[in-house]
Amino acid sequence: MSEFLDTLSGYDIAGAYWVNLKLTAFAAVLALVLGTTLAMMRISPVTSLRWAGTTYVNVVRNMPLTIIMASMILVLWPQLGLTLADDFATNFFRLAVIALAVYHASFVCESIRSGVNTVPVGQAEAARAIGLAFLPAARLVILPQAFRGAIAPLGNTLIALIKNSTVAAAASVPEISVLMREMVENDANFVVPIFLTIAVGFVIIVVPVGVLTTYLSRRLAVSR
Amino acid sequence: MSAQAVLFDTPGPKGRRNIAIGNVVGTVIVLGVLAWALVQMGSKGQFDPAKWAVMVDPETWQFYFLPGLQNTLTAAAYAIVLAMVFGLLFGVGRLASNSVIRGFCGLVVEFFRAVPVLIMMIAGWFSAALLLNIPPEDAPLFGVVAGLTLYNGSVIAELVRSGVHGLPKGQREASLAIGMTRGQSLRSVELPQALIAMLPSLISQFVVILKDTALGYIITYPELLRSARLVGSDAPFPILQAMAVAAVLFIVINFLLSWAAGRLARRFGGRSSDSGKPAPRVGITTGLAGTADTRDETGGN
Repeated sequence: MSEFLDTLSGYDIAGAYWVNLKLTAFAAVLALVLGTTLAMMRISPVTSLRWAGTTYVNVVRNMPLTIIMASMILVLWPQLGLTLADDFATNFFRLAVIALAVYHASFVCESIRSGVNTVPVGQAEAARAIGLAFLPAARLVILPQAFRGAIAPLGNTLIALIKNSTVAAAASVPEISVLMREMVENDANFVVPIFLTIAVGFVIIVVPVGVLTTYLSRRLAVSR
Repeated sequence: MSAQAVLFDTPGPKGRRNIAIGNVVGTVIVLGVLAWALVQMGSKGQFDPAKWAVMVDPETWQFYFLPGLQNTLTAAAYAIVLAMVFGLLFGVGRLASNSVIRGFCGLVVEFFRAVPVLIMMIAGWFSAALLLNIPPEDAPLFGVVAGLTLYNGSVIAELVRSGVHGLPKGQREASLAIGMTRGQSLRSVELPQALIAMLPSLISQFVVILKDTALGYIITYPELLRSARLVGSDAPFPILQAMAVAAVLFIVINFLLSWAAGRLARRFGGRSSDSGKPAPRVGITTGLAGTADTRDETGGN
């Protein structure tokens, strides 16, 4: 046991987790912005925007995140010259954030749409009756309620995002799964304890998020 | 699209004109973004015919894409079967009357749902060779299947549990009344109904499994994405083109599966009480396809 703890202390586990959390935080903000825009497009009266939103969601949801991540590092950066920072590490990190955001935006969009589904028809009718056009109605009446109804699925998406931040390994970002691989390669006799240590770390991060979003989704639900 | 009509009135002449203008502007923006992307690609020589010729070369398919696709489907098939077994075992375990079994199964399911699939794959990959004496060439496949089975099996266990909970109470009461034990009732009355109710969600989970096989790329399993990368690593370096082909293959297969899930949802929709989710509240229907709701949002990738 003490031998194993010695091994552990040789690695910066907290630092690697910190990279995952940073990836998650930046990607979550971007995905929320992009996902909300997509949801607005999908419920708007303008056919072409609706069509574009639907296509985006259907294509991205059926594509593995690993392909998007690998394409960032193999295609967008070297082939198409998309450079987001001068030094390698920052560039890879930002490309990974974009890949995560692009992928999860489609799930955010669907979460918000399911939130829109919880808003009773009467609300939209009332908004129209007092003379609100589509955009004001969406901004003032529909979306505020939709977000409250969407907290649970948004929480699930956030949890998925936290776990999927490990896929940044495909973009050579030094996060926890890369460190884990290094650890088991160096200290092969500790495969199981290393796995359990890292897995428990995720349980510690993920479970509170789940509890919190469940609590919030109950607390903030519009009572009807 | 009558479904949308609740968010905005049936437009009058002015509304129709505004929508038409919005439509044109929207189309111009969408096409503009696409055109800009294509021009960028063109300026970097991505429309070089030699690069695309590789994609239609039968040998590329024979030696790279088809074997890659086959490996992807093999891993997915193993994982689907094993995840079903795992899911049924632990799903029924979570319904057991013995609280120790119930607690243990609950712990296992919650644990494997919280851990990223990739972490489990890496663990499986290394323990295959080190602990289980699996030949090194099979270790990546073992890792992929192990990771996918544990994660998706846990999700399926939850589906089984919620499927059985979603059944009307009378089903169990009736089977107990005719003298069945709880186990018999579960096996021959409740589970079959729950399985039908959860069929669409189950297929959506299969989509998740298929998509997640691409994680095998990271642990050197020679699946579709890895073979696409190999195609792109030779002159004239058609990496963008190879990635595009791999992406399209994934999208087509998953789209077909999602479509099947939607069909099944409509087909069996009215039969069972529900698949463990509350019926959507009466509200603004935005034409949400069955798959959108049933797709597991926490799905790995």
